[in-house]
Amino acid sequence: MPLTEQEFQKLQQQAKAIRREIVDVTGWSGGAHVGGALSMVDILTLLYWKYMRLDPAQPEWEDRDRFVLSKGHGGVGHAVVLAQRGYFNREALRKFNETDSMLGMHLDYHKVPGCETSTGSMGHGLSQAVGMALGARVLKKDWRVYCVIGDGESDEGSIWEAAMSAAHYKLDNLIVFQDRNRMMIDGLTEEVMSLEPLADKWRAFGLETREVDGHDLVQLSQAIEYALQFRGKPTLILCNTIKGKGVDFMENKPDWHYGGLSSELVEKAKRSIGE
Amino acid sequence: MSKTDSTFSWTVYEADKLTQREIYGIVLKDLGAQYPEIVGLSADLAKSTKIGTFGDAYPDRFFNFGIAEQNMFGVAAGLAQAGLIPFVSTFSAFASMRACEFVRTDICYQNLNVKVIATHGGISFGSAGTTHHATEDYAIVRAFPHLTVIVPADAIETAQAVKKCMEIEGPVYIRIGRGFEPAVYTSEEYDFEVGKAIEMRPGTDLTIIATGATVYHAVQAADILKAESGISARVLNMHTLKPLDEEAVVKALTETRRLITVEDHNVINGLGSAVADVIAASGKGCAFTKLGLPDTFSPHGYPEDLMHRFHIDTDGIVDKVRELLNREFEEDEDWEDEV
Repeated sequence: MPLTEQEFQKLQQQAKAIRREIVDVTGWSGGAHVGGALSMVDILTLLYWKYMRLDPAQPEWEDRDRFVLSKGHGGVGHAVVLAQRGYFNREALRKFNETDSMLGMHLDYHKVPGCETSTGSMGHGLSQAVGMALGARVLKKDWRVYCVIGDGESDEGSIWEAAMSAAHYKLDNLIVFQDRNRMMIDGLTEEVMSLEPLADKWRAFGLETREVDGHDLVQLSQAIEYALQFRGKPTLILCNTIKGKGVDFMENKPDWHYGGLSSELVEKAKRSIGE
Repeated sequence: MSKTDSTFSWTVYEADKLTQREIYGIVLKDLGAQYPEIVGLSADLAKSTKIGTFGDAYPDRFFNFGIAEQNMFGVAAGLAQAGLIPFVSTFSAFASMRACEFVRTDICYQNLNVKVIATHGGISFGSAGTTHHATEDYAIVRAFPHLTVIVPADAIETAQAVKKCMEIEGPVYIRIGRGFEPAVYTSEEYDFEVGKAIEMRPGTDLTIIATGATVYHAVQAADILKAESGISARVLNMHTLKPLDEEAVVKALTETRRLITVEDHNVINGLGSAVADVIAASGKGCAFTKLGLPDTFSPHGYPEDLMHRFHIDTDGIVDKVRELLNREFEEDEDWEDEV
């Protein structure tokens, strides 16, 4: 179902709440991959609050849709989403990074309810998502697999191996979002290792490709609606995003790939995000 | 010279002598009937690794990923997360090295129920040379927590291992050869238990601990030593590298005081090193030596020639046993009290 005006308002508020808490956790934890966590928030908000078939009370429910965060260093963002969606108590976020706590930089599937698979090393998640989508076919299940990959991550050859196999097996139950924030640790993706023409590459690899503003809930929603009805190919939604989105002093600054925030900066960041 | 001009006229498609892998393929096909959750994965080696036998029987449960091993092992992890039991087959060199981090992080770290059938292990793909040999895989994969590592001695034991690995809820790495290895067993009527060494020959003068294709040679060597010189050599088939049967090692150490390990692998961090860890921890003095590749890459050549060159065949073991029997080691005065 397309996004209603009421849903739009509600989801926008949700996305802001997620961003504010990502900033909080970045402060509490002493440091986090805050930039890339903020850039993917709108995608995750739509998936977890509108499109994915899920039940936070039953994270192992067999018929649930699966979500794989291939850019595993966005774990801080995913953790906040799972907490706010009700998979676990938000208090756990206060211990992010602490020894023996539930949550660390890269989420561990054995520890975190709602985390489908452990990721962190770049270029691994998409293959696992392909496996889950293929698994649904073998088991004759109708669950879908949603996967968020990074753009810097797409330097890895395994991403393209996975893309080739997703197209080869015509996995139309797989929807991939590329968080195209154009930055990686060492700088701009196009300066470190050129990815463009990216949309053409995805099309050439056999994925049904849509390009959207990754912060525009309406555009994102339309692309997901399109992907849900599309048959015969996996879909790639190329989401043009802003690293550090929502926090004025972080936006489009590669330095904020990873960082820590003083309580003063946390407040400043939250003011920038707004209520 | 084209293929048809050579003495032997066969193609990889008709390589029906490749018994170890062939048996594995047939066993897997049979298991497939029993377990609908088994899926087979290959990276353009379905015919070479014989997993294609399973694929022919269950085309809906068999997936080829082309020459892309990293992705294949990542997909296997995803299939396991979906509740299936993937059997993934490729050459040992690619399972342990090309796709190393995917096996380690996606499969072992998450303790997923994925079975890796690593074929053409050691120097068994002789003529292919170093690029297709795997003389480092024990060292690599036995350092992965959660992983069970099995190296069957022959085709029959491969069948045992493939069946038994279904009882393990977690990742298993089964390393086999190319299939030309001589048979050690004539029937499946013997007690194969993962993690339990098998005494192939009793003995009191020394113990030869072998794994994989070298088990055959260890048995041959023991028989020759007995017949020619009356030497009583115990032979252990250490088919499970991890978890290692430490009890059998300590027993052999205590009772024979002289140990030789034999493996188709670099002497660094393989079977010999695993056994050495047990010896060191025991605090017992003994005479000990490792047979394997002496930290060198293997050239191309016929496997039996290479095994001979690296002294991991019957002759090499016989010579090493004679040498070891003459070696002095420091006796511990309290030895008897301690044992």
